[in-house]
Amino acid sequence: MKKLIIAVAAVLAVFCLSGCGGSRETRVLNVYNWGEYISDGSEDSFDTIAEFEKWYEQEYGEDIQVNYDTFASNEDMYAKLSTGAVSYDVIIPSDYMIARMAKEDLLLPLDFDNIPNYKNIDENFHGLYYDPEDKYSVPYAYGIVGIIYNANEVDSADATGWDLMWNEKYAGRILQFNNSRDAFGTAAYKLNKSVNSADHADWDAEYDELMTQRPLLYGMVMDEIFNLMESGEAAIGAYYAGDYFTMLDAEAEDVDLRFYYPDPTNYYIDAMCIPKCCADKELAEIFINYMLDHDAAIANAEYTWYASPNKIVYTDPEYVETMGEDAMSVLYPPMDDFAALYNEYAYRNLDQDTLDYINTLWENVKIN
Amino acid sequence: MKPVERGRRNRHAGSFRIELLPYSLWSLLFIVVPLFFVAYYAFTNNSFGFTTENITKFFTATSQVDGAEVHTYLLIFARSLKLAVISTVICFILGYPIAYIMATAGEKAQKIMLVLIMIPMWMNFLIRTYAWMTILQDTGILNSLLGFIGLGPLHIIGTETAVIIGMVYDYLPYMVLPVYSIMAKMDYKLIEAARDLGCNNFAVLKRVIFPLSLPGVLSGITMVLIPSISTFYISQKLGSGKFFLIGDAIEGQFVANNLHFAAAIAFILMIVLLICMAIMKHFTNKAVYGGGRK
Amino acid sequence: MKTASRIFTVIFFIFLFAPIAILLIFSFNTTKSLSVFSGFSFKWYSELFNDAQTLISVKNTLILATLAMLISTVMGTAASVGIVKLRRSWYRRYMDTVTDIPMTNPDIITGISLMLMFVFAGRIFGRNTSLDFGTLLIAHITFCLPYVILQVLPKLQQMDAALPEAAQDLGCTPLRAFFKVTLPEISPGIITGAIMAFTMSLDDFVISYFTSGNGFQTLPVRIYNMTKKTVTPKMYALATITFFVILALLIFTNLSDNNKDGGKRR
Repeated sequence: MKKLIIAVAAVLAVFCLSGCGGSRETRVLNVYNWGEYISDGSEDSFDTIAEFEKWYEQEYGEDIQVNYDTFASNEDMYAKLSTGAVSYDVIIPSDYMIARMAKEDLLLPLDFDNIPNYKNIDENFHGLYYDPEDKYSVPYAYGIVGIIYNANEVDSADATGWDLMWNEKYAGRILQFNNSRDAFGTAAYKLNKSVNSADHADWDAEYDELMTQRPLLYGMVMDEIFNLMESGEAAIGAYYAGDYFTMLDAEAEDVDLRFYYPDPTNYYIDAMCIPKCCADKELAEIFINYMLDHDAAIANAEYTWYASPNKIVYTDPEYVETMGEDAMSVLYPPMDDFAALYNEYAYRNLDQDTLDYINTLWENVKIN
Repeated sequence: MKPVERGRRNRHAGSFRIELLPYSLWSLLFIVVPLFFVAYYAFTNNSFGFTTENITKFFTATSQVDGAEVHTYLLIFARSLKLAVISTVICFILGYPIAYIMATAGEKAQKIMLVLIMIPMWMNFLIRTYAWMTILQDTGILNSLLGFIGLGPLHIIGTETAVIIGMVYDYLPYMVLPVYSIMAKMDYKLIEAARDLGCNNFAVLKRVIFPLSLPGVLSGITMVLIPSISTFYISQKLGSGKFFLIGDAIEGQFVANNLHFAAAIAFILMIVLLICMAIMKHFTNKAVYGGGRK
Repeated sequence: MKTASRIFTVIFFIFLFAPIAILLIFSFNTTKSLSVFSGFSFKWYSELFNDAQTLISVKNTLILATLAMLISTVMGTAASVGIVKLRRSWYRRYMDTVTDIPMTNPDIITGISLMLMFVFAGRIFGRNTSLDFGTLLIAHITFCLPYVILQVLPKLQQMDAALPEAAQDLGCTPLRAFFKVTLPEISPGIITGAIMAFTMSLDDFVISYFTSGNGFQTLPVRIYNMTKKTVTPKMYALATITFFVILALLIFTNLSDNNKDGGKRR
C-alpha cells in the first residue's frame, strides 16, 4: 500500500512540475531573437531586457517578466514557430523570412499607435519588398556583406570583387559561409545572377562555381570566422560589415585585417515582428517601441556593431564618436539609392520547390 | 546486464507490482510511443498522407562526387559509420587499459580518477569542442608546441583526424565508465589463481579479464558508437564544415523544414542501429554465458 | 609494467584535460578572442556576473538537472526493485528493451521523436505552445532513467534476496523492509546512478535543442544559438568556475571520507 503512495507521489510530482511551469499573475512577454543580438549589460553597457522591465514597472506600475530566448538561424526559428512548438510575442527574423511568414499568414499587423517611435525610422526603410505596406515589421538592424582579408598575406591588388574568394593563389586560406543561402549568394553575386532566381539552371551554374571553389576552401564556417580571421588562421572570408570591427578589436599582432564591399553584394535587414501566436500584443508593441527609444537603440547598435535604421542612433554625436570615423563610413555608406539596391540584391522568399532544389545542391557541395 | 535467475523464492511471483507502474507508464508514453511518431512522420508527406517517397529517396538520391555518381545518403551513412567505428576502436584502445588501471588501483586513487574522468563532462560539450579548435588549428597551441621542439606544423583542423579526435575526446568517458564498473566488481582471486596455474600476463588478459569484462565493453562500445555516428556539432566545428555526416543530414533537413524526410533518415538510422545492437548482443551473450553457464 | 601504466595514465589525463587548460587560459583574455591571447584580466568574470540572461540559463540548466536527477532516481530505483522480481516473461523482456532503447538510440532521434510527439499532442489539445519547461523535463527524465536503472539493478541482483524477505517474515511491512534492509545495500548504486543522471542532464545539448521551448532555455542551447556573434570568453569563465567548484567539492568529500573508516569494499 505504501508503495502505492510513493508511486503516486512520484507521478504526481512529475505532473505537477510539468503543469505549473510559471505563474501567470505578472504580465509576461516572450521575446525570440538571434543569439548575442541584443545589448546584454556586458562591458558596462545597457542591459536592454533588465532596463525594459525596470522601465515598464515604473511606467505602468505592474509586474512584468520578460522571457528572452534565442535562435540560431531564421530557418531554425521558422521550424519551431510554424509547427506550433513554441510561441512568442516578439520575434526578430531577417527580411526574407518576414516575407515568407507574412505570406503564410503567420504575422499580425502592428498597431502603430502603440509604436510612436516608429517615426524615428529612416524613410529609406519604408515600403521595402518584404513588407511593402509597412504593416508587419519595424526594422532593427541592417547591413551589407563584405569581404574581410588579412593584408599581411593577401596582395591588396587582388582584393577586388568576389573573385578574391575564388583566387587560386590563396588556396586553403579561404572561408565560405556554412549555410546554403549565403554560400549560393556569394556565387550568384560573382556571376552577376539573381539570388532569387526560380530557374534551376541559375542554381546549377552557382553550384558549379561553388564546386570550383571547394578545393580552395579552408572551411565552411559561421561564427568560427571571428577566431579564424583574428588569429590569421584563415586569410579571406565574407561576413557582415559590423563583424569586421569586432574582429579588428581582437586581431593578433601579425594580422592586418582589411575590409571592402564587392559589387554587387547582399543587403539585409532584421526586423521586429509580432507572430500570430502572440499572447499579449499590446505589450509586444510597447516593447518594440522601447527598442526604438534613444538608450536601447543606441546600446543595441553599439553592442552588435550593425548599422541602425533609427535616425536617433546615427545622428547621435556620442554614438558617432564611439563608433569612430572608419566604422561610420563603412557601416553607413551613402544611402541615396539604398531602397533600389536593397530591393534588387536582398534575399527574397523562395518557393518550396526552389528551396528543396538548393538544399539538394547544397548537400552535394557538402559531401564532396 | 540480464541477471541470471536462480530459482529464487518469490513472495509476489505473478502478482501486480505497483513499484513498476510509474516506469511502465512512463516508458510506454515517452520511449515507445515517440518511436511510432518517427515512423509515422517517415511514412507520411507534408499533408500527412501515406507515402514511401521519403524512404525511397534515402536509398535512391544520387549526386556527383569526384566525377562518379554515388548514392548521396548511403555515402553519408557509410562515412559516418566509418568515422564512428574508428573513434570507437580508439576509445577502446585508450579506455580499456585506463579502466583496468583504475580498477586495480587503491580505493582512494580509484575515486580520484573516477572524478577526474567525469569532470570534463560537467563542462559543456559545446565549449570543450570549441577549445579543441583552438588547440588543433594551424596556428593553434599544438602546432606552437610542435614548432617549439622543431617539429610540424601539422594540418589537422578540418581533416578526418580532427573530427575523430573530437569524437574520441567527447565520448571516451562513456567507454571507461562501464568497463571500469564491471572490472571493479571482478574477483581478483581468479586472476591470482590463473597466474598460479602458470598463465602469463597476456594469457590472463585473454582468458580471464577480457571475457569477464565483456558486458562492460559491449555497453562501452554502444555508448561511444551511437553518439559518434549521429553527432553534428563536432563535424561542423572541428571538421571546419567540410564533413557532412548523417547527423548533419538530419539536422539540415529539420532546419530546411523537411520534417518528414528528417524523420525518414532518423527512422532508417534507428532501424539499422537496433539490428546491429541486437546482433552484437546475441553474440556477446553467447560468448559470456555460452560456455560458463551450467 | 608499473611505470608503463603510470606514463599511460598521465598521458591519458593530459589528453582529457588539455581543452580544460585552454578554457582556463582564455577565460583570462583581455579581448573577445578565443585564439589570440592578448593579456591577462578578470574582465570576463565580472562580465559573466553582469550578464543576467546567461545567469538565467545557468540557473535553468541546474534546476533542470536537479529535478531530472531526483525524479529519475526515485522512479528508476522503484522500477529496478520491481524489475528484479520479475520472472522471465514478456513483461521482463519489455522492461529490458525499453531500458535499452534510449541508450541505443542516437540522441538526435530521441530528441526528434519526443519533439514530434509533443508537437502532435500540443495540436490535439489545442495548445498555443507545445514545448516548454515540462516537455524539456520529461525528455531529460526519459534519457536519465536508463542510467539509474543500469546502476541500481546490478546492486539488487548482487544482494541476497532472502534478506528483505527475512525482514518481512519478522514482521516488517514490505516498505519498511525496503528502507531498512534493501536501501542501505543498494545505496552506492543509487548514488552513482543519480550522479550519472545529473551529469548527463547537465551535458546534454541535442535533446534539449529539439525539446526546449518557451521561456526556459538551457546553457548549451544558448551557446549553440550564438551563431551570429561568436562565443565569448565569458563562457570559458563559466566553465573555469565550474571546474573549481567541482575540485573544491572533490577535496571536501575526500577530507570527510578520511574521517570515516574507508575500506568497506573487498
